[in-house]
Amino acid sequence: MNIYRSHVLVCGGTGCTSSGSVKIKEEFENQIANKGLDKEIAVVQTGCFGLCALGPIVIVYPEGAFYSMVKVEDVEEIVEEHLLKGRIVQRLLYDETVHENEEIKSLNEVDFYKKQKRIALRNCGVINPENIEEYIGMDGYQALGKVLTEMKPQEVIDVIKDSGLRGRGGGGFPTGVKWQFAANSPGDKKYVCCNADEGDPGAFMDRSILEGDPHTVIEAMAIAGYAIGADQGYIYIRAEYPIAVKRLQIAIDQAREYGLLGKNIFESGFNFDLEIRLGAGAFVCGEETALMTSIEGHRGEPHSRPPFPAVKGLWEKPTILNNVETYANICQIILNGPEWFASMGTEKSKGTKVFALGGKINNTGLVEIPMGTTLREIVEDIGGGIPNGKKFKAAQTGGPSGGCIPAELIDTPIDYDSLISIGSMMGSGGLIVMDEDNCMVDIAKFFLEFTVDESCGKCTPCRIGTKRLLEILTKITDGKGTMEDLDRLEELAQAIKAGSLCGLGQTAPNPVLSTLKYFRKEYEAHIIDKVCPAGVCKALSKYTIDPDKCRGCGLCARQCPVEAISGEIKKPFKIDSEKCIKCGACMDKCPFKAISK
Amino acid sequence: MKSLEELKAIRDRVRNQVDKRQDNEGDIRVVVGMATCGIAAGARPVLNEFVQEVAKRNLSNVVVTQTGCIGMCRLEPIVEVFVPGEEKVTYVKMTPEKVGRVVAEHLINNRPVMEYAIGAEQN
Repeated sequence: MNIYRSHVLVCGGTGCTSSGSVKIKEEFENQIANKGLDKEIAVVQTGCFGLCALGPIVIVYPEGAFYSMVKVEDVEEIVEEHLLKGRIVQRLLYDETVHENEEIKSLNEVDFYKKQKRIALRNCGVINPENIEEYIGMDGYQALGKVLTEMKPQEVIDVIKDSGLRGRGGGGFPTGVKWQFAANSPGDKKYVCCNADEGDPGAFMDRSILEGDPHTVIEAMAIAGYAIGADQGYIYIRAEYPIAVKRLQIAIDQAREYGLLGKNIFESGFNFDLEIRLGAGAFVCGEETALMTSIEGHRGEPHSRPPFPAVKGLWEKPTILNNVETYANICQIILNGPEWFASMGTEKSKGTKVFALGGKINNTGLVEIPMGTTLREIVEDIGGGIPNGKKFKAAQTGGPSGGCIPAELIDTPIDYDSLISIGSMMGSGGLIVMDEDNCMVDIAKFFLEFTVDESCGKCTPCRIGTKRLLEILTKITDGKGTMEDLDRLEELAQAIKAGSLCGLGQTAPNPVLSTLKYFRKEYEAHIIDKVCPAGVCKALSKYTIDPDKCRGCGLCARQCPVEAISGEIKKPFKIDSEKCIKCGACMDKCPFKAISK
Repeated sequence: MKSLEELKAIRDRVRNQVDKRQDNEGDIRVVVGMATCGIAAGARPVLNEFVQEVAKRNLSNVVVTQTGCIGMCRLEPIVEVFVPGEEKVTYVKMTPEKVGRVVAEHLINNRPVMEYAIGAEQN
């Protein structure tokens, strides 16, 4: 095998791919071949490095040079200067990674990475996900080997139980206990399923793991199969994740080729195989019973529990269903022991959690932190704060099923129980940061629009209830709400929570309830003062021209698409609020900042 | 693949490669001057020989890297070896043939090869 002196890692996650990393990788290969360096330097497409805001990202080892926002045109310079002549291209380095004396910092010293602990993401951005040997080089399939040759199924379950691992899909149910139920259920046929139907707006943790390290999920599912006595697994993934689907299929094929899936793995007599099932992107199919119904080939609708899947799941056989990130922790727990895993995190939430950091935050991206890290550390230290010097207002966790954490609770440690106690939830790991320009009523409305669309329609509280909730919210943002509407919102929300069949409906009112709890004043401002304090709700905003600042240039009047602005040149202009459609074009154009809303 | 031994064999073969993709603070650093003067004097085969030799001997605590012009173009190819806690050793007029000794004596046994180092009899 060829020994390379230098490795050029090009991010091949969805974020960097969308900003052209595939072309950059090809250009590197061409340039390196042109210079005759292709036997010395390896170009590797990896999974996500996490700092998506700075994509496309290229890291060159052994120097550890972190190039950000690389363009195809920059490649020639990097090859010529850095790879050929050994001079790092300073202008393209991410400045956080450079010491004052121009030496390169270790990535572990960079603010974004310093407080992170990468377990589920350990191989993302390190290995080529399409090459099984690189995974094996990082101790891949050693855990499966250990389990099959040294451990009994019950011992595997005990290790997972002792580690304290809880379901990373959001529910937080202890994984080992779930496996125990399925192992105890009698049956000649059992199944292991993986929930990769990541549907929360703004969440991309599972996608990144599958894109960056698909084998870790495959290996963990085989371990789960051994633990509960299953020989068949299914990964349910949405078709909207084409890169993840492709890499997963490549990984499954390679694992079969290497004898790591199939019959008699490691000559232990254990058989296990996996298949991918593509979902059409319905949010409800992330709910476990709906997901299994969909795998069976029926319309993805939930049904009531019990019986739980561990007793009667897929095709009425005992089944376990775990989330992608849950599986991504399993092999490390087997290799390093349950005590190692349990030493991280808080009393009841062990290990780490991956979050997709988005919204009004500088370092948009993927982070993995030990449980118990505070929201402040995530937002200010890892996330690099809020852009444009704006103030932190709230963070939304858990997507459409979760709630808001207001600024006064920014020191809340992030773990399952603390989040529930403040009316939010861990959720699968979407974390959307909001600043003073976000209207909380509008946010609640946004998530309700989503759940109204995604409700499968099987049960009435969810189908009709969420629709009515949305109507009341729309009434408020239109400035037509009354104080009674707030009581009605609360009453209806509680009824939907209590009466819905599945998790989708039971949690759909959460965004409304949590914003009402922490931002009631904002609702009241919409109703009583007919004002949207953040200036988001169009029906309530009113554009006015400050006559003292207006120089009467007339630029605004020329911009206005509906001729709502009039006036004489060199005298203050006026906006006719009857005609105004609140598009904001005048405000953007005014050179004197005389227009406000 | 049928056995755990085969799996371990693949792991050991690949580990050398993937290990390079990590932070390596505290490792011994071998830095080869690779500016135009260095390349012209034959630094590239020297660099590659170091890479091969280090990989062959499984020296996971050694990083072979490159830098620009060190400043004494007439003594190229120049290789600097940084062992943590020790003074830097600068080898001059290196050739691929000299690499084996530097690796064996300096990198493994921590005895710099003084006859190749700068200052040894004006080269």
